[in-house]
Amino acid sequence: MSVIASSNPNQNARSGIAAWPPLLRILTLATIIAVAFGLYLGLFYAGTDIDQGQVQRIFYVHLAAFTGAFIAFCGTVIGGVQYLRTRNVQWDSIALAGAEVGLALSVLNLVTGMIWARPIWNTWWTWDPRLTSAAIMCLTYAAYLMLRTGIENAEQRRRFASIYGILAITTVILTLVITRIRPDTIHPVVIGPSVQNPNAEGAFEFSERMGMTIGINSTIWSTLVPVTLMWHRVRLQNLAERVNALKAEILNK
Amino acid sequence: MNTPFIQAVLAILRKDLRTELRSRELISSMGLFSLLSILIFSFALELDRVARQEAISGVLWVTVVFASILGLNRSLAMERDQGNLDAMLLAPINRAAIFLGKLIGNYLFALAVGLLLLPVMTVLFNMPLFQPWLILILFLGTLGFSTVGTLLATMTVQTRARESLLPIVMLPIALPVLLASVHASTNILTNAPIDDWIAWPQILVVVDVIYLILCFLLFEFVIED
Repeated sequence: MSVIASSNPNQNARSGIAAWPPLLRILTLATIIAVAFGLYLGLFYAGTDIDQGQVQRIFYVHLAAFTGAFIAFCGTVIGGVQYLRTRNVQWDSIALAGAEVGLALSVLNLVTGMIWARPIWNTWWTWDPRLTSAAIMCLTYAAYLMLRTGIENAEQRRRFASIYGILAITTVILTLVITRIRPDTIHPVVIGPSVQNPNAEGAFEFSERMGMTIGINSTIWSTLVPVTLMWHRVRLQNLAERVNALKAEILNK
Repeated sequence: MNTPFIQAVLAILRKDLRTELRSRELISSMGLFSLLSILIFSFALELDRVARQEAISGVLWVTVVFASILGLNRSLAMERDQGNLDAMLLAPINRAAIFLGKLIGNYLFALAVGLLLLPVMTVLFNMPLFQPWLILILFLGTLGFSTVGTLLATMTVQTRARESLLPIVMLPIALPVLLASVHASTNILTNAPIDDWIAWPQILVVVDVIYLILCFLLFEFVIED
């Protein structure tokens, strides 16, 4: 505290806690380049779908965003379990970051899906099982954030949020498996060994180039994107907690 | 010296049942709410003969879930307001026994409301709701959301928003249970062949078991202090 107070505030802002760690800088840059590269592949490299035309290209982001959300939500579970075991605040920050990043990515997933569905299904939204469960998944994590704001005691908030984050993964798993257990969905099944649903509307067969684009995009969005975003969020959380600690210290003087 | 697990569970259950027998607070509010709810549904949805077959299981389940949210809030708020939760934490019993005791109590109340609704709805909507399969689904479904409900209600009564928070956090988590229950019931009521819907009770059992284990393990973290 005394060190920070005595040193030049400008200098401190540049060289002290506010600076990004070198690895985070590299990661951020790599993520931006990788996402741009993925978009380039999706927009120019992959061939145009014969049936659906250009709108099919949104699928590369649509699926990739879901994989990213899935990884982020898994981060919430791991953060929650580890917090309950070790009581290290850092794990709770990771859990919170996972929930927020996952929520953002799954909203992106929903929005891109709606943009695609408008020309293909002729409607923005339909109460299809998978669409419903994906919407419920988003609401679950919105409820997670609401639960956090509803608790004043910081220790209790972390504990309850960890528990809820662990329970909430069930809605993610439900979204993943629902196209298998509900045969009446019209959502195309893309990944996995299941036989293509005869009711699915807008499924497509993909060429080698398209398959590669799907693979690369999903890899980027399920590794670099959630990790970088969550790291930034954890960092923000640490800074916010530091500000709170400093405020408390000043008030107690 | 810990009280044996089963004995602690039974003691908590006995306490809940005795309170309920004397005050009849939960059953009367949950029962009245359920009756109002099915009346409101019947004219809000304008249930004619055809619509009834499709919608009745939804009406049944939504009513049971909302009634049990009402009951869960009351049941756990009572524990907290009277300082009973603290007393139970001080008692030399296993934390998981508290969960199981409260769960069985809440489960019985939710089940009672569900079983009460079956004859009422059979009469009011002229649908054969008293079927062994449907009663089995009722047992499984109420078990599922009583489990998550007991855990989450113990959390939410300790928060600032209290009553209003429980439906928000509970409904999404209870959705897999609700989904399986509604679809199984609809199929049973439309006399669909058993092969078409037997997957739903199976899913329901799996989800119930997963939730029971998860909530059982997580409960000790809910009531630490």
